[in-house]
Amino acid sequence: MGFFERLTKIDRRIVFLIIMLSVILPLLLRVDFPITVTKEVQNVYDLVDELPAGSTILLPCEYAPDTMAELEPMLFAILRHCWSKDINIIAGLFYHTGVTLVEQEILYMAEKMNAEYGKDYVFLGYRPYPAVVIMSMGQNFRQSFPTDLYGTPLDDIPMMQGIKNYANIDLVLTINATSGVDQWIIWGRERYGFPFAIGVTAVMAADYYQYLNSGQVIGIIGGLKGAAEYEDLVNYKDMATMGMSIQSFAHIVIVLFIIIGNVGYFVTRKKKGPRL
Amino acid sequence: MKRQLPIAITFVCAFILTLQYFIPHRSFEIMYEVSNIWLQIIGIFALSMGILSIILVHYDKIKFKKENWGFSVVLLASLFGMTTVGLIDTESGPVFVWLYNNILAPISATLFALLAFFIASAAYRAFRARTVIATILLLASIIVMMGRVPIGSIISFGVFPKLADILINYPNVAAKRAIFMGVGMGAAATALKVMLGIERSYMGSD
Repeated sequence: MGFFERLTKIDRRIVFLIIMLSVILPLLLRVDFPITVTKEVQNVYDLVDELPAGSTILLPCEYAPDTMAELEPMLFAILRHCWSKDINIIAGLFYHTGVTLVEQEILYMAEKMNAEYGKDYVFLGYRPYPAVVIMSMGQNFRQSFPTDLYGTPLDDIPMMQGIKNYANIDLVLTINATSGVDQWIIWGRERYGFPFAIGVTAVMAADYYQYLNSGQVIGIIGGLKGAAEYEDLVNYKDMATMGMSIQSFAHIVIVLFIIIGNVGYFVTRKKKGPRL
Repeated sequence: MKRQLPIAITFVCAFILTLQYFIPHRSFEIMYEVSNIWLQIIGIFALSMGILSIILVHYDKIKFKKENWGFSVVLLASLFGMTTVGLIDTESGPVFVWLYNNILAPISATLFALLAFFIASAAYRAFRARTVIATILLLASIIVMMGRVPIGSIISFGVFPKLADILINYPNVAAKRAIFMGVGMGAAATALKVMLGIERSYMGSD
């Protein structure tokens, strides 16, 4: 087997090993890259930043541990921004395997930011069938959530006084790794017309640019890169910024593998002659 | 009667719910509120049916020692185990959280993390510029991959991010819109067929 043919047949274990090194080495070497903020992330930041103290953001979080690497830094950066400006958070935990995760993440940030439950944030808890929940919340949050996650009636929670439905919410910002985003757009944003922004995994982000261009979605935080941009905007470099060097090297390695595979393919094809 | 009654119920519900969308009157709002409550109740029953179905299917696999029946044991043990702990300890309780953090979270995070390795291997093997269309796809993917990481901007002096933005904002949006419009019209047509009783597959075959 010649050199170029070998290039097309690199053992998958070698590919795995190089990918592993491209993930571990930048983590150890701590390489930092400058982050450029995109318009879609800036839009979300500006929207939150312009809200006066005491405003309320509904933050439906629909993701589980599989996508937490991308979405947890996003959630942390947003919470940091909101609580530093005294903006209240109503957290919706609408994904069955993500309830415990998101609850722990918000509690962790609440402790760091000295946010108080019932005053600065509330957990709505889990309900199945997001589309139905989104619709019924348009009438009254208490229809789907008579109590919070811990069984306290919403009416007994100070932060929830005067909050009936989307009309009393300043922004709905979903952090989502599911098709729940579509449901928020179709059943929520379109029917009730609230300001709507999204934070999604990188692989999902391309699906929602059409809504960004039409104005149905005000901003998109896409994947770890989006989270790193938000960290940059709130001036607190955290996990997403650290992850950018890992992602940069991993992408370069994948692109190099694609190039190597194609060089090998073209040279061996020339030698073998054109296919009939 | 076995067929007419479900069709009549479907028609009446679908007609009223479609109508209320266009009539902003209090009576229609009340109807909408009631229908939302009904939807949630029906949804919970559907969920119960789903759980019952999964239990029966896997019980059957275990009983007759069908292929991979061991996985069914794990599934049922997990289902009953987490449900019992959740009911006794609540979903914020220490035992439930411990099980979640030490079993479910690592399993799902590990599975997803493995994707990076498989994607790299698959990209290396499958991304070949064999045809013009494959070459366009290949170039677009490289541009977007490099345009979405900071190093891409550094090595291309800002060109990759700009090209990636153009690709995402124009060809991507145009194609997505076309697909979504088609899907939307198809969904509306199917909904109309269900409403009028032309499409009856939801009632089963008998």
